[in-house]
Amino acid sequence: MQWEVVIGLEIHVQLSTNSKIFSGASTAFGASPNSQACAIDIGLPGVLPVVNKEVFKKAVAFGLGVGAEIALKSVFDRKNYFYPDLPKGYQITQLDYPIVIGGEVEITLSDATKKTIHITRAHLEEDAGKSLHEDFHGMTGIDLNRAGTPLLEIVSEPDMRSAEEAVAYARYIRQLVCYLDVSDGDMSQGSLRCDANVSIRPMGETTMGTRTETKNVNSFKFLERAINHEIERQIGVLESGGTVHQETMLYDPVRDETRPMRSKETATDYRYFPEPDLLPVEIDAAYVADIRNNLPELPKQRALRFITEMHLSETDAMILTSSRSVAEYFERVSEICDDPRLANNWVRVELMGQLNKEGLEIKQSPVVPQQLGDLLIRIKDDTISGKIAKTVFDAIWQGGGTADQIIEARGLKQVTDASSIEPVIDEIFANNPQQLQQLKAGKEKVLGFFVGQVMKATQGKANPKQVNDLIRQKIK
Amino acid sequence: MKVDDTVVKSIAQLAQLELKPESIQENIDSMTSILNLVDQMQSVDTTGIEPMAHPLDTMQRLREDHVSEPDQRELFQSIAPATEKNLYLVPKVIE
Repeated sequence: MQWEVVIGLEIHVQLSTNSKIFSGASTAFGASPNSQACAIDIGLPGVLPVVNKEVFKKAVAFGLGVGAEIALKSVFDRKNYFYPDLPKGYQITQLDYPIVIGGEVEITLSDATKKTIHITRAHLEEDAGKSLHEDFHGMTGIDLNRAGTPLLEIVSEPDMRSAEEAVAYARYIRQLVCYLDVSDGDMSQGSLRCDANVSIRPMGETTMGTRTETKNVNSFKFLERAINHEIERQIGVLESGGTVHQETMLYDPVRDETRPMRSKETATDYRYFPEPDLLPVEIDAAYVADIRNNLPELPKQRALRFITEMHLSETDAMILTSSRSVAEYFERVSEICDDPRLANNWVRVELMGQLNKEGLEIKQSPVVPQQLGDLLIRIKDDTISGKIAKTVFDAIWQGGGTADQIIEARGLKQVTDASSIEPVIDEIFANNPQQLQQLKAGKEKVLGFFVGQVMKATQGKANPKQVNDLIRQKIK
Repeated sequence: MKVDDTVVKSIAQLAQLELKPESIQENIDSMTSILNLVDQMQSVDTTGIEPMAHPLDTMQRLREDHVSEPDQRELFQSIAPATEKNLYLVPKVIE
């Protein structure tokens, strides 16, 4: 039977704030356990939550970035359940009146087709602490540093039809929240986690099949695998005459399988009710307009501008806008050398190649935009050849100074004075009489040999095009 | 909704409360009377009235995003039944 896959994602994005959503404790990653868990975070009696202004700013920025409606009034609710890493016994979240309503994003698949994925809502909530199940004499260790960290939970419509689409959507959301400075998007630190709701139904059927939820997937690779495994598992169940149960699954990257979490005997009932410790939060249209006016250019708009104004290819534009810092680096270089195509080549090939090789992010690049821009100016004004430029680039990378200093100190200036190149050509002609005969007989291939020899003799400082012309003149 | 034995027991379980068997009937009675009151309120026509999220007619004040809480781990952990390596220890959780 032909099955249709239906996927919806819930993405938890950790907002990049200094302090927690309801307390003034730090959110810095990697601190000593429980050193950043204050009286509010650990749920001591008598404390009250106070809402962080910044989380609303970031949630609104995200909403505007996906063209959503921004709720001018949003309400916090309590979601009640008992778990040791949730000391209050409830999580403060938003149920009926979330801050972001609706919205959509356009994803691009590997075959270049585009698809719109709708967003149902995005709401603010607090993260829980962390349970450490290593053995503490048969007990579980609890670190509450993460408790109270601000999260934006972004809920999509069940619009995706394959693991590939789900990953493309998740990647887009990550790129967007990084661009908007809503989150650092660092999945290795848990700043972005996905829950995948997966169901299947016979092709052509319009009612939904029973779905399962695979929780807390923290890499795109695992997301793709977890969804594909769940699809196969469900097909296996249905084709052997069984039924899919609505349950929560865990993806095990080690065994590469999804399996049900040990479920509680009773169905979950979170008994939501409005959070009595917090009043509704109201924002006004001017506040939203202010955030809208300060929104950075989004990746899609930026890519489009690179294509139309700088005449770059779509592939190049996509790579350069993959992150905001790469795009900004490229634009700065392009501005300095006034040549977008040259800047594109150098940023994409030389710079990004070298960064990849050394496992560095562009923000950690030893070569800053000004240095690369200055180097490209010297290629453009024929001071150095593209080949020599690579040597200079390596030297800048090693901390050798500016392009001009290196060119000067190492005597790398291109030799364009014909009178100093001609003797070199004559010498090479004299040393290679046989090849000279062939060249004179019209063997074009040999020309390349001579140009190469001259370049070698001048240590790359001659201009290949000029050498070419000079050799042709000589054999006329 | 009719409150019976099963409902009371399941709510007690969700709230992690231990109920003595003799107090179940008392709980059935009081919950039923609360729900009757709710039913009475439900019968009021609320068409066009915005649901109220809070009885106070004012809005939430927000605070600046500054770190203001010092590390008081030692103080907080002094009342914890068990700690190790700065972690709070709890009976083993298996999920």
